[in-house]
Amino acid sequence: MKSLLDACCERCTHTPEKPCQDYLFCRTEGPICHDDSSCQEKRKQFIEQKRAKTSGSKRILICAGTGCASLGAVSIVQALSDELEKHGLTDRVEVVPTGCHGFCEQGPTFIIEPEGTLYVKVSLEDIPEIINEEILNGKRIERLLTVNSTTLQTTTQFNTNSFFEKQERVVLKNCGFIDPKSIEDYIINDGYKGFVKAVQNLSSDEVIEEVKKSGLRGRGGAGFSTGLKWSFCRQAPGDKKYIICNADEGDPGAFMDRGVLEGDPHSVIEGMLIGAYAIGADEGYVYCRAEYPLAIQHLEVAIAQAEKIGLLGDNILNTGFNFRLEIRQGAGAFVCGEETALMASIEGKRGMPRVRPPFPAQSGLWGKPTNINNVETWSNLPHILRNGADWYGSFGTEKSKGTKIFALTGQVNNTGLVEVPMGTTLREIIFDIGGGIINNRKFKAVQIGGPSGGCLPEELLDLQVDYETLTKAGAMVGSGGLVIMDESTCMVDIARFFLNFSQSESCGKCTPCREGNKRMWEILDRIVKGQGEMEDLERLESLAMVVKDTSLCGLGQNSPNPILSSLKYFRGEFEAHIKDKKCPAHVCTALLTYFIEVDKCKKCGLCAKNCPVNCISGDKNNPYVIDSSKCINCGTCQDKCKFGAVIKQ
Amino acid sequence: MSTVTLNIDDRKVTIPAGTTVLEACRMNNIPIPTLCHDPELTNSGSCRLCVVEVEGMRSLSPSCVTVATQGMQVKTNTRRVKEARKTVLELLVANHPLDCMTCQKMGDCSLAQYAYEYGVKDDVYPGERRNVCLDDSNPFIVRDSNKCILCGKCVRVCEEVQGRSVLDFYQRGFESLVGPAFGSDLSQSDCVLCGSCVSVCPVGALTEKQMIGKGRPWEIKKVQTTCPFCGTGCSFDLNVKAGEVIGVTSNPEAPVNGRALCVKGRFGTDFIHSPNRLTAPLVKKDGEFVEVEWDEALDLVASKLRAIKSEYGADSIAALSSAHCTNEENYLMQKFMRAVIGTNNIDHCART
Repeated sequence: MKSLLDACCERCTHTPEKPCQDYLFCRTEGPICHDDSSCQEKRKQFIEQKRAKTSGSKRILICAGTGCASLGAVSIVQALSDELEKHGLTDRVEVVPTGCHGFCEQGPTFIIEPEGTLYVKVSLEDIPEIINEEILNGKRIERLLTVNSTTLQTTTQFNTNSFFEKQERVVLKNCGFIDPKSIEDYIINDGYKGFVKAVQNLSSDEVIEEVKKSGLRGRGGAGFSTGLKWSFCRQAPGDKKYIICNADEGDPGAFMDRGVLEGDPHSVIEGMLIGAYAIGADEGYVYCRAEYPLAIQHLEVAIAQAEKIGLLGDNILNTGFNFRLEIRQGAGAFVCGEETALMASIEGKRGMPRVRPPFPAQSGLWGKPTNINNVETWSNLPHILRNGADWYGSFGTEKSKGTKIFALTGQVNNTGLVEVPMGTTLREIIFDIGGGIINNRKFKAVQIGGPSGGCLPEELLDLQVDYETLTKAGAMVGSGGLVIMDESTCMVDIARFFLNFSQSESCGKCTPCREGNKRMWEILDRIVKGQGEMEDLERLESLAMVVKDTSLCGLGQNSPNPILSSLKYFRGEFEAHIKDKKCPAHVCTALLTYFIEVDKCKKCGLCAKNCPVNCISGDKNNPYVIDSSKCINCGTCQDKCKFGAVIKQ
Repeated sequence: MSTVTLNIDDRKVTIPAGTTVLEACRMNNIPIPTLCHDPELTNSGSCRLCVVEVEGMRSLSPSCVTVATQGMQVKTNTRRVKEARKTVLELLVANHPLDCMTCQKMGDCSLAQYAYEYGVKDDVYPGERRNVCLDDSNPFIVRDSNKCILCGKCVRVCEEVQGRSVLDFYQRGFESLVGPAFGSDLSQSDCVLCGSCVSVCPVGALTEKQMIGKGRPWEIKKVQTTCPFCGTGCSFDLNVKAGEVIGVTSNPEAPVNGRALCVKGRFGTDFIHSPNRLTAPLVKKDGEFVEVEWDEALDLVASKLRAIKSEYGADSIAALSSAHCTNEENYLMQKFMRAVIGTNNIDHCART
């Protein structure tokens, strides 16, 4: 028996070719097709070894998600495997390239089981030491460990590290802890149990009731009740129905769905199986952006594995339920994350949203009732079915149940993927889990919800993250991108950045989004260049309101949010750019003035030597001076000065 | 037929169930501006000019795609609605050439009309304007994408009415354009130059080439007539200025064809005033064509046919009749060949 999915002996009657309700149960708890305690023991031992629970065995979980892979994790996996082989350790030490651990800032990361030792920033040079110390001598390697930012103690186990300690990993439970390319690993970790429970013990309506009861709301941004959405599609007349997984994650800085697809693709398939059964769909699509090659690869492997053992296809587990799943790759248009554009794209048309109604539940893909949820929503479902709606409802707030994954990026110490119960405050996420701002600089704002979200200031750090609270504050949960900004960020410049994104990603169909976003960007561009006038602010605000009020789809309806929230919370900065022609964060090049402090100038001449426009004069006897009428504000003099004499204002 | 009653601008309005708010307004003479709506095409709801306030809705609703429901409270004339419409028009005008004085569409341009009604100024959003090449590649249609407001009516008429799908949107955001695949010219595309796109264009982006510079809408008299090119019986409006036919526009009221025409009907009337057009029968005498009376010409043909028939037999004569003629004329032609000449050698240009 090389795999859990192999028969224990020739007496086993379970094969994927003969669909049977007990197939998975036989493989994990069995055998149940024949009675033999030695066979049972064989299975038990196999599973324990896989969980690194037999004495002396170890599993080295190496993050090989896109982030760590770009930091060299793939060659580390190879080198470590070679080294283990050289030492003859392959029998008791398993190297598992996993999906994302979430601790991207510290990658490549290792978690060594059974102890749960967390090593960070591991490089090729550390491998011999890991073999000699950790594996052979059972000693920890101090310099690869982390320090808990609260207790300031060195932590050995990942779950005592401040980054992981306060997280509640439900959807990310398997991410980084199983081999995403192994259906066996998924099944050992209770995989497909939620689906088996649904398809064998519950009617379709009971599944929908359970999902409704759990309080799960769409994790793609809008936060609509998942159970309710399913019931619309189930009730829609029609014998052909589709379900779709929206994996066209495109917000700048957001990579939650990529993390799930790379690290736990089977959870998405299981979620979709549950949904298809509940809704009455027999075909599904995963629409994933082509920029996620690893996620697509892992999903392809997972689909093939599920097909092979009869979890996808016809008469699944002899229940009469059929379901087929295909991947469609998006060509890189942000708007294809909008459900009607996404369906148009699957149909081979230009990815352009259409007006709703009809909603996809009535008329979706090829005019058939269709249900769309995003990756994170789908991968919540196995947990809800497995552990029950009440268990799920124990996380979160009254109206926003469960957990939410956030992608922490920007000027925060611990960038990465974090999962917290709904209702956790921004402060907890950014400071406790995220470890605060880089170089202890002052926090300024957090952009939440991507280009459709808003920028929230320090005063709102104690805001609970849930659908209602954030919408009230002018932002949105969105898909879960959190871009942290410190005092060196100019809010006008950031608003311009997001508007540039929205205006270039607009599909061009409706007037307000196509033309309005461009004009808002132009106004912001004038302001950062010092050409703004006070009436521009008024125009910006009124145009933003109209674009929000009249655009066809969510892209246009939400693209003004970064402007409106910034104007609400950081209006002073806009006014400084316009009235004083100054950028308080010293970011907007056109509004900067460079000068040299006479006291600090050592008259070395490096600034003048490197100035590309020769606007700095001075010599050994006279301190250097910048001619601001010629200066192009490139900042080279400041970079070159060793004495901090060049100041920008 | 079931009906619904709703309230528009504090007026009780009863309409058939399934009617959109836009249709309900128009049935009751409540003006709503539209650019992308066309009763013969599917609604794209994309220009966002027809927005109205519907009680209970968070955002403004595009009336062309909002189905009226029982008890719905609609406001078409609030400050919020007017502001939104004006802003949409300002945005369109900000990216539209203001060469109205020389534009062929002047006097018949929906954008100009609404901009005037809503008091739109041209300097609200100074900034980039679209600047792309003119498509002047074919003899009939001039495509000026700089004037295009991307309402998509041409795209839909080409797909939904003509079944050609030559036009579509390409590129994104502010760079979006409408045109044949890969941004090519109409002449390089599968376009059959039926001109349906021209007939629905609300602005001067698609115009009849032959009419450029020939007349303004207020100078033109429209004379309804039947197309002379085939027996289908399409009718259209001849555009007549000072006694001269300068072109053709289709008439949505045309009983056979509505707005649809083929390339010949829409663009083929230039023969009317052509100096090469034959207006009297010609007979070749001493190697030269000489104008003669009809009687003389017909006598000559009859005598020649008789002579040929008596010398070589009836089957030595054949006739090819034309789609230019009516069904009745074609019937007579075959009757003449069979009953008078005595042959079955009769064919028709449209038979293959």
